[in-house]
Amino acid sequence: MLSYVIKRLIYMIPTLFGMSLIAFAIIQLPPGDYVTSMLASMADSGQNVDPAQLDALRQSYGFNDPMWLQYFKWISGILLRGDFGYSFEWNRPVAELIWERMGSTLAISLASLVFVWAVSLPIGIYSAMRRHSVGDYGFTLLGFIGLAIPNFIMALVLMYFSYKYMGQSVGGLFSPEYVEAPWSWGKFLDLLAHLWIPIIVIGTNGTAALIRILRANLTDELNKPYVVTARAKGLPEYKAVIKYPVRIALNPFVSAIGWVLPELISGVTITAIVLNLPTAGPLLLRALISQDMYLAGSFILLMGVLTLVGMLISDILLALLDPRIRFN
Amino acid sequence: MLEHTYIDEAPEAAPAVTAIRTSKPVKTAVAGPWRLMWAKFARNKVAIVAGVIILLLYLIGLFAEFLAPALPDTARPQFTNAPPQELRLFATDAEGNSQFQLHVTGYTMTVDQASLRRSYVIDDAQVVPVGLFVKGAPYKLWGVIPSDVHLIGPLKSSDTMYLMGTDKLGRDLFSRLIHGTRISMSIGLIGVTISLFLGVILGSISGFYGGWVDLVIQRVIEVISSMPTIPLWLGLAAAIPLSWSPITVYFVITLIVSLFGWTGLAREVRGRFFALRSEDFVTAARLDGSSERRLIFRHILPSLTSHILAVVTLALPTMIVAETALSFLGIGLKAPVVSWGVLLQDAQNVRTIATAPWLLIWPSAAVVITVLAYNFLGDGLRDAADPYES
Repeated sequence: MLSYVIKRLIYMIPTLFGMSLIAFAIIQLPPGDYVTSMLASMADSGQNVDPAQLDALRQSYGFNDPMWLQYFKWISGILLRGDFGYSFEWNRPVAELIWERMGSTLAISLASLVFVWAVSLPIGIYSAMRRHSVGDYGFTLLGFIGLAIPNFIMALVLMYFSYKYMGQSVGGLFSPEYVEAPWSWGKFLDLLAHLWIPIIVIGTNGTAALIRILRANLTDELNKPYVVTARAKGLPEYKAVIKYPVRIALNPFVSAIGWVLPELISGVTITAIVLNLPTAGPLLLRALISQDMYLAGSFILLMGVLTLVGMLISDILLALLDPRIRFN
Repeated sequence: MLEHTYIDEAPEAAPAVTAIRTSKPVKTAVAGPWRLMWAKFARNKVAIVAGVIILLLYLIGLFAEFLAPALPDTARPQFTNAPPQELRLFATDAEGNSQFQLHVTGYTMTVDQASLRRSYVIDDAQVVPVGLFVKGAPYKLWGVIPSDVHLIGPLKSSDTMYLMGTDKLGRDLFSRLIHGTRISMSIGLIGVTISLFLGVILGSISGFYGGWVDLVIQRVIEVISSMPTIPLWLGLAAAIPLSWSPITVYFVITLIVSLFGWTGLAREVRGRFFALRSEDFVTAARLDGSSERRLIFRHILPSLTSHILAVVTLALPTMIVAETALSFLGIGLKAPVVSWGVLLQDAQNVRTIATAPWLLIWPSAAVVITVLAYNFLGDGLRDAADPYES
């Protein structure tokens, strides 16, 4: 087991390296550098700019260095000192800005994952056991629609309904009176009242996909001889289904962390922008539009790392659950 | 050594029993794989309907200028945020006789004195006659053929016919949606072509050669597919300079969307290659002295075509949604280009949606219907392409 985990960790290194290259490329992609945009804004406000001073500025930021050196400085700053660079728009180090936002991104993603599991498990079992029943077709249709509606459209629609029929203040995670308040029972309830929209929006796609997988797996499993034997020996139906076949069919639930998580984080990003949630999404979009590239690049890198860690956890859990993986 | 002896001189040359009808040989029905697949596909009614919808959408995109009653950019400031007018078949004239007359009902506009906001009420008494193949605003079909005939439009060009309402500048949403169909549907098609090219080439190389080539390509795929897509698209699309022309932006956005769409396809192709590489017919071709290129392109790829087709169909909606999402966020396509995402940009906050819900409903419906149709079509194709599923 330990050797499996170590092997899996070593496999992560090239992937992490590739991700850091992509994030760095995105940072470098916009034409010009921060000094160019500073020059533009200074010229706008009518200040005189001394070219020599600009050059000195470039020198001090290291914009004149060759690309590989810039990459090396950037990545070693992150790895050795936790220094993600400087946000030129906020005039603060990036590290001060991202952690809180990444925390809420992670929290909402996890809440959505729990939602995905909680909803798809009973529906998946039901659909597999009552195949081709009205309920099964109903859920299949719902699943198809859930897969077809893009996150942001569903967010807009739910936002509109909740505004029109419930008079709820839409967007954000808290009502205005609770934003600054200390944690209390009331604040928690208020959070739940706001959280259901993003969680449904973000979780629907994954739920629909997982129901389909669970239904297919469980159907295969239910036709196996051991289930027939169990039934023939008079095991109660719920036991003959829940005790063994469901447990085997549950593997995709664990491996789902690996492929649902990137989708969830992706979904949180755009949903948060629409619903104005205090996660990484809105800040990332703003950073990209104002070309505050160190901030934007750090978000993209961290979101990638987050999904990679999720995949690692899912692989380890899967190996714990399934000896076939562990011993291969 | 045992001598083999025949009872007669030689084995029988003719069958012992005379066939009843020798003149008419038994005819065996022969159907190639494509024909079998088509037969299987045609049994799936949902997939057929989905295919027809997709075809219709492409036709709408192809003949957008002719089908749209107005030009996408014609704005009438006196009709901002006007609600949809219903198309009706029978009109009642002054004497109360009902007769066939294609028409829409007109508006009466009231101005709220306090907020100076215009509100429009559908007025059943006003009949705006509408005709087919009417002369309207001149346009050039595909930018080449000049014409001014529109499929449907008000008979009097000063009248209004807003089947889906108007936006905040008083532009006809119906016409804009039709023009948006062209952009959104074609982005999917071009994007998937690029993805297909990358996916098939890299997937086949990876699956055919294996070894370190496979390892490198698999690492690259893993990096790309484990990055959350939306932040990545955002990051790349945000780098597009504002000064670029709309057509360049269109192609760059297509490229960005497809650059991350090929990984699934490559995986699929690679998996199939691994399976097919050891098949007898491939070994036979290799022993016959076929070159590697011939092996890949003449023997292995053709037996993958149907699967690739299904995977591509399932990948298309992702591209369309990606473009829509990027344009919606304001860093994809921008006006004057009209796509479904650009249209949805107008429906960004609750207040706008509350005053003009049609700005959200119709473009969203277009996206959802397209995605659903592609999914059903793709599922149908996949089932048809699988020889083991009955």
